[in-house]
Order: sequence, then C-alpha cells, then structure tokens
Amino acid sequence: MKELAVRVGGQAGDGIASIGESIARSFSRMGLHVFGLNAYQSVIRGGHVWYHARASEGKVHCQGDTADILYALDRQTVDVHASILRPGGTVIFDPEKFPLAPTDVSSEIHLLPVPTLEIARKYTSQSILQNAAGIGATAFLAGIPIDVIHQVLTDSFGRKAGDVVTWNIGASTDGYRFAETKGPIHPKAIAKKDPPKLLMTGNQAIALGAAAAGCKFLVQYPMTPATSIMHWLAAHSRALGIVVKQSEDELASINMAIGASYAGVRTMTASSGGGFALMTEGLGMAGMAEVPVVVVDAARAGPSTGLPTKTEQGDLNLLLGAGQGEWPRAILAPSDPVEAYNLTVAAFDLAERFQTPVLVLTDFHLAEAMEGVDREEINFNIPIPSLFTVEPDSHRYRRYLDTESGVSPRAFPGQPGLNHIALSDEHDEYGGDVSDIRAGIPAAIAVRKKMMEKRMRKLKGLAKEVPPPVLEGPPDAPLTFVAWGSPVGAVRDAMAILQEKGKATNLLRFPTLYPLDPDVVRSMFARTRKTLLVEGNFSGQFAHLLRAETGIEFPHKFLKYDGEPFYPHQIVARAQEVL
Amino acid sequence: MAESVVAPIASHSATQLPIVGKSEVRPTWCPGCGDYSVVASIEMALKRLKIPSKDVVIVSGIGCSSNLPHFLSSYGFHGLHGRTIPVAEGVRWGNHGLTVIGTGGDGDGFGIGVGHLIHAMRRNVKLTYVTMDNQVYGLTTGQASPTSRMGQKTKSTPTGVIENPLDPVSLALASGATYVARGFSGDVKHLTDLVANGIQHKGFAFVDVFSPCVTYNKVNTFDFFRQRVYKLENAGHDPSDLGAAFQRSLEWGDKIPIGLFYSVDKPTYEDLEQVLAAGPLAYQPSGLKGREKLLDEFV
Repeated sequence: MKELAVRVGGQAGDGIASIGESIARSFSRMGLHVFGLNAYQSVIRGGHVWYHARASEGKVHCQGDTADILYALDRQTVDVHASILRPGGTVIFDPEKFPLAPTDVSSEIHLLPVPTLEIARKYTSQSILQNAAGIGATAFLAGIPIDVIHQVLTDSFGRKAGDVVTWNIGASTDGYRFAETKGPIHPKAIAKKDPPKLLMTGNQAIALGAAAAGCKFLVQYPMTPATSIMHWLAAHSRALGIVVKQSEDELASINMAIGASYAGVRTMTASSGGGFALMTEGLGMAGMAEVPVVVVDAARAGPSTGLPTKTEQGDLNLLLGAGQGEWPRAILAPSDPVEAYNLTVAAFDLAERFQTPVLVLTDFHLAEAMEGVDREEINFNIPIPSLFTVEPDSHRYRRYLDTESGVSPRAFPGQPGLNHIALSDEHDEYGGDVSDIRAGIPAAIAVRKKMMEKRMRKLKGLAKEVPPPVLEGPPDAPLTFVAWGSPVGAVRDAMAILQEKGKATNLLRFPTLYPLDPDVVRSMFARTRKTLLVEGNFSGQFAHLLRAETGIEFPHKFLKYDGEPFYPHQIVARAQEVL
Repeated sequence: MAESVVAPIASHSATQLPIVGKSEVRPTWCPGCGDYSVVASIEMALKRLKIPSKDVVIVSGIGCSSNLPHFLSSYGFHGLHGRTIPVAEGVRWGNHGLTVIGTGGDGDGFGIGVGHLIHAMRRNVKLTYVTMDNQVYGLTTGQASPTSRMGQKTKSTPTGVIENPLDPVSLALASGATYVARGFSGDVKHLTDLVANGIQHKGFAFVDVFSPCVTYNKVNTFDFFRQRVYKLENAGHDPSDLGAAFQRSLEWGDKIPIGLFYSVDKPTYEDLEQVLAAGPLAYQPSGLKGREKLLDEFV
C-alpha cells in the first residue's frame, strides 16, 4: 500500500495549520485516504507547532510514524522532526530564513532550498505569502497536481478581498515551478484517484451527528478541545434552525440544556474535563428529574488545567462517577470521525428513549485530528420521532409512573392537562416532593426505594441497547489488543505492521464504556489468548472498570500519559514484548 | 427540512383553559412566613392576566422559598441551588410561547447563583424573576446571606456580619435588567401589581421582595419594613430615569423605597435570536434528511 506523509513546522502564528490543511485537503480531493494531525500549544503566537498530513491509497487510521517531506519554516523544525524522515525524504526550507547544510541532516535526506520570501516579495510586502510558495514546492514534491492545490487555495482565500487569491495562486505556482526545475517528484507520491473524499475532525462529525439526530439547542462554554463543535454549529445555526448559545459557564450550560430539554427540545452541551467537572451536579439532576441530555467530554491531558492542547483518556473515572448519588447513564466512546457521527446519533436516541443523560467521551486527538471519510459513510436519513406522545388531559397524569423499563410517559409544558413538577428532590410518581415533610415516614421510605429502583432499572435496558464491543481481525489470533476511543486508530495501523511481520493479532474495542453487559464481555474474552490493553491514561481506568464488571484481569498494559497520541511503532514494540 | 415535529393540539379553546390556581399541595413554610404573600401575588397576577396554566412554567432552585412551584397548578421545575436562572432561560428558549417565572431566595439568587443572574439580565431574556429576599439562609437554619446587613448576628456570624451586603436592585440596574422592582410581603396588592406588570413586561423583569423570615431573622421583620417602606409611585419617581433609579436603590435606613424603580423597552434575547423567528423551538422541524449538500464543505 503506497503512502506518503508531509510534515510542516514553525512557530504559532506562522500559519502552519493552514499550510498543513491545504496539503491534507489536496490529498483528500485526489481521492486518497488522509489523516491530518495539528500539534500546537496553548499560545496564539510563538512556540513550536507542526502539522502532519499522511496520505495513502488505502485506509490509514492515525498519523503514522514517519514523514517523507518536511517543510521547515524555522530551524527548530529541522532539529525536532528531521529524524522521522524516511530514507529518500526531503527537507524544504528557505535559506534566507536560516542556513541548512547537507551535513545537518542524515545522508539519506535531500535538501530543497526554495526562495519563498523572494517569491513572496514579487507580489506583496506581506511575508505570510511565503507560505503559498512553500505550499507550491511541497505540492510538487508530493505529487499534487497544480490545479488541485490552486483550487484548495482559492477555496480557502476566496472570501478575502482584493489580490489575496491572485497572489496565493501566483506564489504557489512559482514555488511549484521552482521545485520542478530542481528535481523529480518524490518516488512515494501517489497518483490522483477519484472521487474526492471528505475530510473532517471528530468534533465536526459530532456537530453533524447532533444536527442529524434532531438537536435544536447547543449550549457551550469555550474550552479546548471541545470548542470547534460550537464553531461548526454556530456557523450553520440559521441555515439549520439550531439555537447555539455560548453560556457564561458550564454550570449554566448543563442547566440551560436541561431547561430546554424539559421544554421539548433535543439538546446537547460539550466541554473538556474541566467544564465537565462543573456540570456534574446538573447531570445528576438530569438523572433525577429524568431529562434527556447529550453531553460531550473532549478530554485533554489533566489533571486540572493540565496540557490544554494535548491528548489523554484520563476522564473516564470522572464520567463514571459524575454527580453525587447514583443515577443511570451511558458512556459512548467513538474511535474515529465516522463513529463519532454514528455514536452521537445513538446518544440522542438513547438519551431520549431512556430519559437520562448520555455522555460521549472523546479526546483531543479525535476531536481535532482530520480524517478521510467516504460520503456514503455519513447517513442523514435518521428517523426523528415526535416527542409529544402523551394524550393531553390524561387522567391524573403521572410524570414519574413506575414502569417495568423504568421509563415513564413524558409530557411537556404547553400540553393541557399534563401539568406537573419536574424536580431534583426525591419525588413520587406525580412529581410530588418527598424530601421535606414526608421524608422518613414509612410511606415515603417506600416511595424513595421504589423510585430509586425505577430509575436504576434503566441501566438494564441501556446495557442491551448500547453498541456492543467489536472484535476486529482473526478471531483466534495469539494476541488481542483491548482499546477504546482514539488509540484504536494507532492499534489498527500497528496490527497491519505486525501482519506484515507475519504476526497475527486482533482487536477487541469498546464503543460503549458503560453500561456493559458482563456476560457479553466475558463471552468475547473467552476466546482470546494473550491480551494487551492500550489506554491513554496513567492508571488504566478502563482496565479497572472491566475488572470490576467482569473479573477479567489485564496483566499486560500499554498506558500512555505523556500528552502525545499513540504511534503505531510504539504499539508494535510493546506487542512484540508481550508475544 | 426533513422530519417535522407535530405541535400538541389543545383540546380546549383558549377561553376554556384552566388558569393557574392553588395546587393540592399546601405550602410548607413556617406560619407567618413572608413567602405566603409571594405565592399569593403570583397566583393573583396570573389570574388577572388569564394565562392558561398549561403555558406557565415556574422554575425554582433550592431553599425554603424554592418550594413555591409545588403550591401552584402550573408546570414547574424545582432544580438545583443557584441554578434557577439557567434552567428558566433554557425553558424559555426551548419554547418561547411559554410564560416563565423564576422564583427563589436571596441565597439562591444572589449567593451561589449570582453569576447567572447578571448574565440573564444583560441578555434581556423575557423572564420574570421573583426573589423572596429574607436576608438570611432559612432552610439551613439561619446563616448569613449576601443581603444580610453589616453587624447582623447569625449562626455563621456569631459576632456579626463583617462584609457589605449586596444590593439586588442596584445590581439589577447595573446588569441591564429592563424592569426592576421591589415589593414587600406586607403589601400583597402592591406586590401583585409589580408581579403582573413584570410578567407582561417584554424582557427581564426582576422583582426583589422583602419577604421576612419569622424564624431566623429577628432584625428585618414585618414591623421593620412596615415602619420604613414608602412607595416610589407616591414619591414622584420617574421609572424611565436610570440615574434616578440608581439614586433610589441606594436608599436604606429610615426610609426604604418599594415599587417600580426602572422600566425600559428594549429587544429581548428571543427577539434577536433569529432561529426563534420561525416559532417555538420545540415545534420546529429538525434533522438533516435531504440536506446532503452540507457535506460539500468537507471536500
């Protein structure tokens, strides 16, 4: 399988992400599978940032381990990243910016000096145009046809006034032609395939999934890496008829979401772990008052403020234990953008059917990395049933009617004859408060017990309805990877590398983290031989959960908590130790 | 747009619909509590305005006064301590055909929940927020509240409060509330007028009510206020004058003003949120069926 990767690096504010995205989008439009990773820091200007665009004939699941072309906007980029270049790779740089000698890099690496600043000066005094010249040279080397890169630049600058588009086209052409005169296209470059693919982040997929599932109210407070969910929905708010509210804090987010849901609207809120922590009391209320709400936690490296722009899977325990007391919840954990779309749709369905919060747990790596998606993988044809199912004027309507499933008929303000109080206090079937004058009286003790059991009964139904664990690869492989969320991508690529080395492995992955059906999980582990649990946190939170729920132990773990995503070669190395 | 949500069809004509009255639940407040007058004023105001009980949602937080929604026959949401306002805003944006009234105490609204209050006021969400301000925490048996006066001895301040009280009326004026009033539980008729006008007001209507706690506040009693309150309506106050309203809000001592401090007509959040122009969100169509062109932007 032919593949090629481009890395571009420089300082924050240099426009690294837009260079990288232009390259990634060009590959994607050529019909190649792309994984695009934007690595940055918690500053707006300064600091080292880089973008990695990996393109392949077949599906790639993560950023991969290597690069073939390195476009360095500063010397630090060469120092930090030249080591990942495969033999035959090329460093593109501008000698006017910094000197670079062949002896500065390994003997198998080529240098391609490109006068990007000089090209830019032909058009404007704005030095940022050097990037277009660099993009042009990179595109040539990467085998991107010039019309593809021109169209991508036109689309991204099209809204800007004046000569910006003309300058970008001119400078990129100059860079492209300059590279052409200096040597051949990189031998690993892949010819254009059709049709173009979609390129989306996990956050965009979640925003799209919410809209497709009938979400009409998104309330959110900005927090990296969840913020771009709000950005996408805000940009489409009027066209799609979705109210997007930036709240004053996450306490407001969850309570506004609950209020709107109580009024008859499908709602979502999203944050990272810090904001999620503030929502926990509200989530418990949604569990108690039986109000559906979908909440996304795009986790980043904690604890506390932690590493705001780096990845981790450290929030699972937070989600499992969110809120005082006990209330039913489901936790879904997509591993790629398509699954992020599908599980968001599922989250809305489950939240509504079980009238309780459904939590979607992602991480920085899934939230912000871009991945190629085929158009056919996104299904907009989602059935959206009416919420108004209770006949008006029902005699003695009981909002919290005790049922076998634990789910009660749900009425909404505005419906006549169904007036009731929804509440955070313990209550009877009618919504009558049993916490004040009745608490502790025998009849109220019985009500408390009954209502607690009614709510918690939903977990049994949820366990049957949530997406089950999935086994990928040969069922009888000598090693089974166990993973959830974004590391699944690197595991898949590691499995392919191991396969090439003649070592069969398989993967047991968990799109649902909670509730689990212990019998189902145990039966899936019944066939596994050795296991290697791959998880992006310090203590192996999911391993603890699996052991608590099923008794299964994981003697071999690969736990990562350095803020960086898993790389396939790291997983391969750890697997070889275990095998 | 694809799937449509069918609005519920009322089985009565509007004139026959029941109006808000008392519920089957008797108030649980101490005998003589100021809050009885507040629930009565809300009930009378809603009766006067003939708003069907199906279209009224009373939202509260936690505290003695936050039990109020249970005592009326409307819809209600009895939420968390300090979170009355965001739930009420969510209800309002979910279905802006509803009349939404927030109720609660001074601890709920001016202590733990004050952040939300300021933002709701500057947004001019169309809500009526009635606080039963007794200057003490009642349900937790008598601690200092944000409106307790300097020097007041409570269980948490046995040698007296050593911080300045928050003034809800000045805060509301500074935060951009478009209807700012203060009532007194000792004058239900006057309070009912303030609440009814607040419900009719297009925007955020704030009614702070001196609602004495007969159990834990032995200073700010019914008698304390009876001796001091005077009505702005009888004092030549112009409620369109923000500067004069601020001046009046600072008065505390032998004379304490009640009545309408300020009222101004401004667009509400719901007026400016263009998505809501198509009608209540709860009844709008949803989903992406047939909108596959949306995916083009990802190419």
